[in-house]
Amino acid sequence: MSFEDWFREDRLPHIYCTGCGNGTVINCTLEAVEQMGWAVDDTVFISGIGCSSRAPGYIKTDSLHTTHGRALAFATGVKLANPRLHVVVFTGDGDLAAIGGNHFIHACRRNIDLTVVCMNNMIYGMTGGQGSPCTPVGAISTTTPYGAAEPAFDLSELAVTAGANYVARWTSYHVRELTKAVQAGLETPGFSFIEALTQCPTAYGRRNKLRQVSDMIQYLRTNVIMVQKIQRMRERGEPIPDDKIPVGEFVRRNRPAMGVQK
Amino acid sequence: MSKIEFMQGNTACAEGALAAGCRFFGGYPITPSTEIAEHMARRLPKTDGVFVQMEDEIASIAAVIGASWTGARAMTATSGPGFSLMMENIGYAVMTETPCVIVNIQRGGPSTGQPTMGAQGDMLQCRFGSHGDYSTIALSPSSVQEMYDLTAKAFNLADRFRVPVFVMSDEVIGHTRERITIPDRVEIVTRRPLEKGTLPFRGGDDGVPGFPEFGMGHGVHVTGLTHDERGYPEATDPHVHAALVQRLVSKVESARHDIADYEVVNPDAETVFVTYGPPTRSVKQVMHDQPDEGVGHLHLRIVWPFPERLLRLFTNAKTFIVPEMNMGQVAREVERHTDLPVISVPKLGGELHTPGELRTLLEARP
Repeated sequence: MSFEDWFREDRLPHIYCTGCGNGTVINCTLEAVEQMGWAVDDTVFISGIGCSSRAPGYIKTDSLHTTHGRALAFATGVKLANPRLHVVVFTGDGDLAAIGGNHFIHACRRNIDLTVVCMNNMIYGMTGGQGSPCTPVGAISTTTPYGAAEPAFDLSELAVTAGANYVARWTSYHVRELTKAVQAGLETPGFSFIEALTQCPTAYGRRNKLRQVSDMIQYLRTNVIMVQKIQRMRERGEPIPDDKIPVGEFVRRNRPAMGVQK
Repeated sequence: MSKIEFMQGNTACAEGALAAGCRFFGGYPITPSTEIAEHMARRLPKTDGVFVQMEDEIASIAAVIGASWTGARAMTATSGPGFSLMMENIGYAVMTETPCVIVNIQRGGPSTGQPTMGAQGDMLQCRFGSHGDYSTIALSPSSVQEMYDLTAKAFNLADRFRVPVFVMSDEVIGHTRERITIPDRVEIVTRRPLEKGTLPFRGGDDGVPGFPEFGMGHGVHVTGLTHDERGYPEATDPHVHAALVQRLVSKVESARHDIADYEVVNPDAETVFVTYGPPTRSVKQVMHDQPDEGVGHLHLRIVWPFPERLLRLFTNAKTFIVPEMNMGQVAREVERHTDLPVISVPKLGGELHTPGELRTLLEARP
C-alpha cells in the first residue's frame, strides 16, 4: 500500500484553495501512518472545525468531524473506550489554541495516547482571514486591519509545559522532517503534538506581502531556526534571534500515559 | 433474585445505568448531580468500564459521544449550568445520530441560581436548547425506583432511536433516599448494527439507520455538517438538508405514542392533574388522603416526545391542572393540545407543592 491508498477518492475534488499547504501536511501524515503499518480499519481520524479539520473527510478510515475546538475531547472518549484503535487528530491554530485551548492543555496533561497534527497557518482561513491566537504581531488580517497587537501563542512550548510526551514543529516546506516527526509521534505512547506551519496564500499571504504561493513557502523556509542551533548559540553565549521560529524536536519522553493499549 | 435496598436517587441513577450496561462515564462535578459521578468513579473501573473526569461539561459530553462511536453505552450527568454548556454537542449528537444518555439533576436557575434546591426549569431547554430543528426523548422520574428504572430504559431508547436521551430529574429525587427494588436484570435492547453494503445514514423503516461502530471496517465519515446518506458533507443542497432534518425529527415524533410511559388514575374524572417528576408525589398524596373519583391523574414518565393522545383518555375532563416546579413549561404544551381550560400551578424556589396547596386548589373548583 502507498499513502495514496488511504484517500477517499469519491470525495474529490477537495475544498482547499490553490497553493494551500494543508494537502502537504495530510500527505506527510498519511505517509507516516503508512510507515507504521497500521490497518485502515484500526485507525480513526478526528477533527474539529476549520480548513485543517476537513482532512478526515478525505481519508478512508472511520472519522469523526466534530465541533469547533472540541476534537481532543471527542478523541479522548474514543481512545479511552477502545484503546485498540489508533487515533490521530487534525486541527488548526484557531481550532486548537482559541476555542479549544482548554481541551488542548488538559489532553497534554492527561498525556492521553493520541497524535495531534496541527496545521498552523496563523489565520482563520475558512471564515476568510481573521486574526488567530497564532497571528504574528503586526500581521494584517480582516480583524487586525492595523496589524495584530496581541502576542502569539507558542503552541509547541505550551504542549511541552502541559505534559505531552512528544512535541515537534516543522513546516509544510520541510516535508521529510515533518513526515519523520509525525511518525515519531505515532510511535511514542502518550500525547504527541506535531505543529506544522503551513502557507495560506488566500487568507494570510496576500494581505502580508507574501502574495505568491512561493513567497510564503520561501518565508517558511528562511524564517525558521533549528532547535539544535539555538542550543549551540546559547552554549556559546550568542544572542538568539527573536524573529526566527524554532523548528525540530522539542521533547521526546516517556511519562506515564493514559489510554495506551495494554 | 431481586433485592430490596434503601438508596439515594443519584445512586439509583448510577446503578440503573450500570445494570443497563453503561461502560463509559465522562463528567464534571456539579451540585446536585455529583453523587452520580462519584458512584460511577467507584464502580466503573471494577466492571471493565471507564470513568473519566473531564475539564468541563463541553468536554464531558464530547467524550461520551466519542465513546459511543466505539459501541460503548455511555453517559454523563450534570445540572443546569453544565447542561447549558452541553447544548453545542447535544446538537452534534442529534445531527450525527449518536446514542448517549444525559442526566440532568435540575436545580433552580437561571445562571448559578439555587445549586442545592430542586427545580424543573430545564424542561424546554432539553427540548429546544441546541440550535436548529430536532426532537428528543426526555424521561422524568418521580421516585428513587423510577430513577433506577428510567435511567436503564434511557439507554434502550438511545440505542433504538440513535438519539441523545435525557433523564430530566432534579435535586428532590436525586437526594431523596427511599426503598427500592433492584431487579435481577433489566431489559436491554442494543443498537442495530449497520449491515455491510448499506448506507450509514439511510434511515430504515423506522427512520433509524443501522449503527456503523468504529473499528469494524465500515470506514464511516461522521460529521455535524449536513450530510447525504453516505455521511458526506452536502451543506448547500436544500433537499438534502430538508430530508435529513425531517427524518431526524420524525423518527422520534412518529414513535411518541409507541414509547409513551405513563400512569392513568380515574379516567372518568372531570378534574385531571397532569404531572411528571416530583409534583407527581404531591398529587398521589392528595388522592391517597381523600379518594375522589372526580379527580384524575395523568402521570408522565416520558415528557418528550409529548404523547398528546393521552389527554383524550380522560373523556369527561373539564379542566387540566399542571403543577410544575417552574413557571409552566409543560403546561404550555398541554394547552397546545386541548381546548379545555389548563390551570398551570407554578412553584419556584426549590420547594415541592404541598398536598395542602393542591387540595386548596381542588376545593376552589366551581
